[in-house]
Amino acid sequence: MKYLCLVYLDRENWSACPDPVCADYAQQLVDSQSLIAGEALHPVDTATTVRVRNGQTQLYDGPFAETKELLAGFYLVEARDLNEALRIAGGIPPAKYGSIEVRPIRELDLGTPAS
Amino acid sequence: MTSPDSFQALYRRENRRVFATLVRLLGDFDLAEDALQSAFLAAAERWPRDGVPANPVGWLVSAGRFRAIDSLRRQRRMTPWTEAAEAAAEIPDDAPAYEDQEAVEDDRLRLIFTCCHPSLSEEAAIAMTLREICGLSTEAIARAFLIAPTTLAQRIVRAKSKIRDARIPYEVPDRDELPGRFDRVLRVIYLVFNEGHLASQGSDLLRPDLTAEAIRLARLLADLMPEPEGLGLLALLLLQDSRRDARTQENGDLIPLEQQDRALWDQSAIAEGAALVQRALRSRRFGTYTLQAAIAAVHAEAPSAGATDWAEIVGLYDALLRIEPSPVIELNRAVALAMRDGPDAGIALIEPLLAPDLLGGYHLAHAAKADLERRAGRTGPARAAYETALALARQDSERRFLTARLAEIGD
Repeated sequence: MKYLCLVYLDRENWSACPDPVCADYAQQLVDSQSLIAGEALHPVDTATTVRVRNGQTQLYDGPFAETKELLAGFYLVEARDLNEALRIAGGIPPAKYGSIEVRPIRELDLGTPAS
Repeated sequence: MTSPDSFQALYRRENRRVFATLVRLLGDFDLAEDALQSAFLAAAERWPRDGVPANPVGWLVSAGRFRAIDSLRRQRRMTPWTEAAEAAAEIPDDAPAYEDQEAVEDDRLRLIFTCCHPSLSEEAAIAMTLREICGLSTEAIARAFLIAPTTLAQRIVRAKSKIRDARIPYEVPDRDELPGRFDRVLRVIYLVFNEGHLASQGSDLLRPDLTAEAIRLARLLADLMPEPEGLGLLALLLLQDSRRDARTQENGDLIPLEQQDRALWDQSAIAEGAALVQRALRSRRFGTYTLQAAIAAVHAEAPSAGATDWAEIVGLYDALLRIEPSPVIELNRAVALAMRDGPDAGIALIEPLLAPDLLGGYHLAHAAKADLERRAGRTGPARAAYETALALARQDSERRFLTARLAEIGD
């Protein structure tokens, strides 16, 4: 089963965790065949929000909601169950400075094909 | 055994055990509940005719699983085939797990750890524990918490969806994770007990007795996994509950410990609690529940408030503060120390705790100081502190108590 581990950090701790440490952990997850994808993000100052209303595309500077902890990166992992996903999340280095939100991946519901 | 009475007794005794194993075999709480009901229906029909099987629990598990899989196979043509149902249908018909006593006991632990998983909110874990482990009805739990049954039902539905969608596994945590997960289970049981403890002042006889449920849960956990802190929690609950008949007046107001009629204390609960405390303390791996239980045991075994071993209690509070520093525990220690060394020693410790960022807004801290001032014979400061406590107290029974104390000291 797939889980998305979202890494949240506040501005003060944005760079607290050195990149090589994160890269090492990602490599460990690759070696144990747990990592499907993982990336770090530029700070939210670089974000643009897109919305379409009444057919019009609207663009906004910055993230949709201003919160203290901001999305800093993600790990998409394969795990047997939530407990394994939580173990993986607990090892993500920025967990020491911010927080990791673990969300199960949902299959798109495309209806049941008629048999 | 086949008489209706003993069948009822069997249902009460075993239905949660059968349920716990069916959850593992079927991989789903709702499927397991349906399977449980059809298994007992089948038993009610067959046993009077064919006699009771040698292993009734095994028979019920087997019948429940068979019926669940059979109905899933029939539904397969009509509804989307869920993963859980698929897994259940692939269980070989002769899966022997339920005949293995250890596996069945493990299922009960799996059920406990799943219902108390930290990914579920505390209130969801409490609802799941009472519904799935204790087998209380949704209506009964809602009544106990004074909330609408629909609210509680939704809470349970959401918790089950989370268990299914996030795939919270049905397992006993491994050794690395056990300490934290075990603490969570103890906390849920303790919260159930506290809820019952508070509610017992009400008069609704239809409300289930949550203190009894919590004690049953703590006992089950102590049987299945005799960890010191689990024994400590069971001891704490037994000792607190031993004073049930002595701690309220007829109008429901609380009677302070030192004024209770000790003849009303339940001596068998005290003996059992005290023995459990000793067992937990000997392990040297105890924590805050055991220490609180040890304090309760010293009180319980004292012939009177004056004859209490206050030095022992102060020492236990010192140990508790080392594990869990907290101003409320410091307050309790100050009160015990005042009993050992006199009121002024206690007041000296309480004064700094009355700072606004500590216990300045906590009525019991001011009431404790007032009590010590009164015992030291200083009427003015006692009155002032009782008045502050009264201004902060919210519960009617506490306000009545403080008002009575104020009247007692006079001018």
